[in-house]
Amino acid sequence: MRRDIFQAVADPTRRAIIVLIAVQAMTPNAIAEHFDTTRQAISKHLRILTECELVKQNQQGREIYYSLEIDKMKEIEKWLEQFKKIWETKFNQLDKVLLTIKKQEK
Amino acid sequence: MNNLLFDFTVDKATNTVLVIREFAAEHPLVWDAFTKQEILDQWWAPLPWKSKTKNMTFEVGGRRFYAMVSPEGEEHWAIQDFTSISPKDNFQFKDAFADKEENINEQMPSAKWNLDFAENTGITTVKISIKHEKLADLEMHIQMGFKEGFTMTLNELDNLLSSLKK
Repeated sequence: MRRDIFQAVADPTRRAIIVLIAVQAMTPNAIAEHFDTTRQAISKHLRILTECELVKQNQQGREIYYSLEIDKMKEIEKWLEQFKKIWETKFNQLDKVLLTIKKQEK
Repeated sequence: MNNLLFDFTVDKATNTVLVIREFAAEHPLVWDAFTKQEILDQWWAPLPWKSKTKNMTFEVGGRRFYAMVSPEGEEHWAIQDFTSISPKDNFQFKDAFADKEENINEQMPSAKWNLDFAENTGITTVKISIKHEKLADLEMHIQMGFKEGFTMTLNELDNLLSSLKK
């Protein structure tokens, strides 16, 4: 199954993890301390985030640190921006249509 | 002309897109522009796409069945099923993708739309909220309906519009 960033942010726990590690790289244990859930559940979320290429791992001694791939997050902003542009275009069209109708009525 | 409010926000937690826009026209006209097929078809598709409404019954339980048509003639059919109408103030519908025979594509995402209209001295504000089941559904909406719609530059768009007015 193809994984992408939209799956990554579809889950509230994963969104919270993203917010946490955006500030600083963290180990799975440190991340798990912030949630009322099992260490296994957090590992699963981290695995999905890794598969979505939204986080990267960094081995330091025995510990693995997870940090955020900022560029990947920008993809989300990019497609939201496209959606915004579509509405802008439609509304500019509507402005002109309204203007035309108003002129006709006079 | 373009000091009219335009606000676009996405609440990722509730998968909801909120679009707010002001129009320099009176309430009844803006309402008509969103609820009458002959006006809707003049602006609903972002150029160079065109909106083509095949049939529309604007009443609760009624439906708008329409297509977005590309310059090459590619058609993307969609349905809006009206679920609530409070004339001139609010209407709601559920959207869906369909084929040209009006069969709903159950594999494709559906969203719930809520539109509010209010006027303040000649300026009408429209608030649109579009609630998706999943955030990923939003991406699908973008890809399906408007693949190339926004690739044109705004200059080209203005040219097209002024030639249409003549």
